[in-house]
Amino acid sequence: MTRPHDAARRRFLKVLGSASGALIVGMRLPARADTPDELLGDALLPLNPYVRIETDGTVVIGARDPEVGQGIRTAEARVIAEELDADWPRVVVVPLPLGAEDGNGEPRWTFGHQEARGSTGMPAAWNDLRTVGATARNLLVRAAAQRFGVNARRLQTRLGKVIAPDGRMLDYGELATAASLLPPANIAPKLKSPEVFRLVGQDAGDVDARGIVTGRELHAIDQLPGNALVAVIARCPYPGGALKALDADAARALKGVAQVLTIPKPAATELLGARPLAAGVAVLAQDTWTALRGRELLKIEWKPGAPVHGDDALAAPLDARFEEAPSTQVRDDGDYDHARKLAHRAVQARYRIATVAHAELEPSNCIAQVADDNALIIAPLQNPRGALDAVQQLTGLRPSQIEIRLPRSGGGMGRTLDNDHAAEAVMLAKAAKHPVKLMWTRADAFANDPYRPFAVHDISAGLDRKNRITAWRQRIASTSRLAGRGEPRERWWLSEAHPDDLPAGLVDNYRLDWFALDSLLPRGNWRAGGHGINAFAVQVFLDEIAAATRQDPLQLRLDLLGEPRQLPYRGHGGPVLDTGRLAQVLKLAADAIGWTKKRNDGHGLGLAFHFTYGGYVAHALEVSMQGTRLVMHKAVIAADLGRVINPLGARAALEGATLDGLSTALGLRITLKDGRIAQQGFRDYPLATMTQMPREVQTILVPSQEAPTGAYEMGLPGAAPAFANAVFAATTVRVRSLPILPELMRLL
Amino acid sequence: MPRLPQTDPGITPQPIRPGIDVSINGKPFRHTGDPAMPLLWYLRDVLRLTGCKYACDDGSCGACSVLVDGKLAQACGVTMQKLQGRSITTVEGLAQADGTLHPLQQAWIDEDAILCGYCQPGMLIAAADLLARKYDPSDSDIDGIGNLCRCGSYPRVRAAIKRAAAAMKGARK
Repeated sequence: MTRPHDAARRRFLKVLGSASGALIVGMRLPARADTPDELLGDALLPLNPYVRIETDGTVVIGARDPEVGQGIRTAEARVIAEELDADWPRVVVVPLPLGAEDGNGEPRWTFGHQEARGSTGMPAAWNDLRTVGATARNLLVRAAAQRFGVNARRLQTRLGKVIAPDGRMLDYGELATAASLLPPANIAPKLKSPEVFRLVGQDAGDVDARGIVTGRELHAIDQLPGNALVAVIARCPYPGGALKALDADAARALKGVAQVLTIPKPAATELLGARPLAAGVAVLAQDTWTALRGRELLKIEWKPGAPVHGDDALAAPLDARFEEAPSTQVRDDGDYDHARKLAHRAVQARYRIATVAHAELEPSNCIAQVADDNALIIAPLQNPRGALDAVQQLTGLRPSQIEIRLPRSGGGMGRTLDNDHAAEAVMLAKAAKHPVKLMWTRADAFANDPYRPFAVHDISAGLDRKNRITAWRQRIASTSRLAGRGEPRERWWLSEAHPDDLPAGLVDNYRLDWFALDSLLPRGNWRAGGHGINAFAVQVFLDEIAAATRQDPLQLRLDLLGEPRQLPYRGHGGPVLDTGRLAQVLKLAADAIGWTKKRNDGHGLGLAFHFTYGGYVAHALEVSMQGTRLVMHKAVIAADLGRVINPLGARAALEGATLDGLSTALGLRITLKDGRIAQQGFRDYPLATMTQMPREVQTILVPSQEAPTGAYEMGLPGAAPAFANAVFAATTVRVRSLPILPELMRLL
Repeated sequence: MPRLPQTDPGITPQPIRPGIDVSINGKPFRHTGDPAMPLLWYLRDVLRLTGCKYACDDGSCGACSVLVDGKLAQACGVTMQKLQGRSITTVEGLAQADGTLHPLQQAWIDEDAILCGYCQPGMLIAAADLLARKYDPSDSDIDGIGNLCRCGSYPRVRAAIKRAAAAMKGARK
């Protein structure tokens, strides 16, 4: 008879022997712990392993979250290997597919967290995955205790070996088979105390590095099943448009073209992210080149949709719009109007943030194989659960019939949180009755993207006689990225305005209003979400106050942050924001750039800080004008991300996000021409090259015992405002628009 | 010597098909398809050498960088018909046959110049081209590499090139 206690444990941890005698430890996450045992049924059996210990001592660790360059595969494996006391050189890391089983109405997620969104992978892994390593270690130690005839409590583990008090040692490989026959311990195994960590907190290179430098690592786009047809789609270039007329005779006649299929205009009721972005005509051919040539031979007439609005058209009527009532009053502390009237002086400025595209280097692609009773999807996917949902809707298959593989992605940046590419590929594979590999070209990716929203921030502040900020009103007008995603209009502000972002909570009379705009372009998640936009306005405005009142921008920020204390923070990254941790990183960044050093070389310094998803980050930039050329000399990033699992990886993430933020701030924007997107490639959407980026990038990580926050997005929001503030210091020209370079050239 | 009776194997030997002969990483290949096919798609779809990455179509990103007779080229912009008799090196051909990594590859690993990894094969080829021209490249020389990285790996790429240059200098002594 099974005691309830055992059943609960069995649900949580799964230990399997295998034909080869390996020890396999998987884990069932307690998300659906209320599911009665009998409903779990056979679904327990095909559980994929997190840890497999081979009889030769090789430790195979499954990494569950999609790798998009954030280093999650490495970091997750380090967490498991730490608790397991594995010998790192003998660890092999493999990606896990999406773990989904048939549930009661909705899928049951067997691996827990599996997405690349909001830097949430590491916090979730820290909570979940240490137990996996500890459980495997516990089994190995108990197996060794039997072999040694010694109490398990007297055994130690180190570098993939169990060590007895008398010095006898057994390798994990020698114990794997015996361990696989033991029942799991009936109490949860004890986790290590941080002071004995050997791997967590130490540098680890990316586990896929060798595959990448030898060209052997297969990103999603590099996979091509032998029987698949390559599909490319001519998509309607007019957002919301439809197919009017098609002549596909010439394309069909091309040798190697197998089929020409149409994808209808998505219905207004279909949610963005789970359906194609646009109507299209697909050419399926034997290889990519033939498909591309076939697409060129299509004769298509498109019917434009409702006229879309570019940034200029959206910005023009804002003076009047801001006088009307806001769509949402997000926060209203004290009495702004009264405090503003009493103020000794006032500062006001308006900032404009351009619409941008994702431009992740690996264009969207998806392999789809759909049969009557099963489907296989291989694609860059940041949101594989969403992909499963889209595939289910299109095929009627059950979760257990759908395999979703998660190869490494060439970027992501939020683009593949939407699953339009998976929907397209499944539709084509179904219609063609043939496996399909869908390829997007670079031009395709610019023409149809869930773009980052356009935004205008209008900020007014009132200051007292000592130049302290007593009143702050921020009016945000933006094209919410929640439009078209099943959210009611009254919730659209949620992606745009964060009610607890500073200086909320630091200024007594504070008002935050949101005004809805609509461009009719699809919008989506873009690295760091609204933080990447909002930090620019706030941190440049603080500099404007400093300049207007002849205060030091560092001191003004430190005065504003005040005494170290915890403020409530309701958004992602909360429940609290610690002003002391922000002040600390700000001081570290300022020190490292030489903030107080007198300069006579014409170089300008700029600072910014921001709290993003639980991470505290400050930036300092040093720039100069060399003739007409804007040169970035140095960037400093100081970050407090709680406990850092892999400092080498965290530094890569912070540096990378900073450069991404600078590159985007420098010159990137999406514009409209004749009702369609003007940009077609990197020549008119110039990602920064090496020569435009700072040669020196210094990253300072604050040692911390706090829970890990992740690292991938926190480095982005502060980069652009620190850069704009440095440009002002170097040139006395205040740039209030992103991108900076075109505006600076106009103002100079 | 008496001949044994033979059964018909059912295979008709094909005449040698005309095509474009190229050497890829030291091995001979004949392309018998469309002569206008860009090298990029020949490498990726036909030979499955997918270290040559697709990212832009117009030579602006460098992800598909290869060496043609030792010179840097973008595989998306070179058609097969221009490659008769040429020798092409892709990232898969940088390491030695026994698996020993090129100093640049080792330096990339040592500096952890990876992030998403998509641009790195092209970066490595561009760096190999640079080091073939300049044994001891300056920062300005390295700035001449115009390959695009969206993840921001440039500081690590720079450090890796310097590390490899130092290692190769040491090996020549």
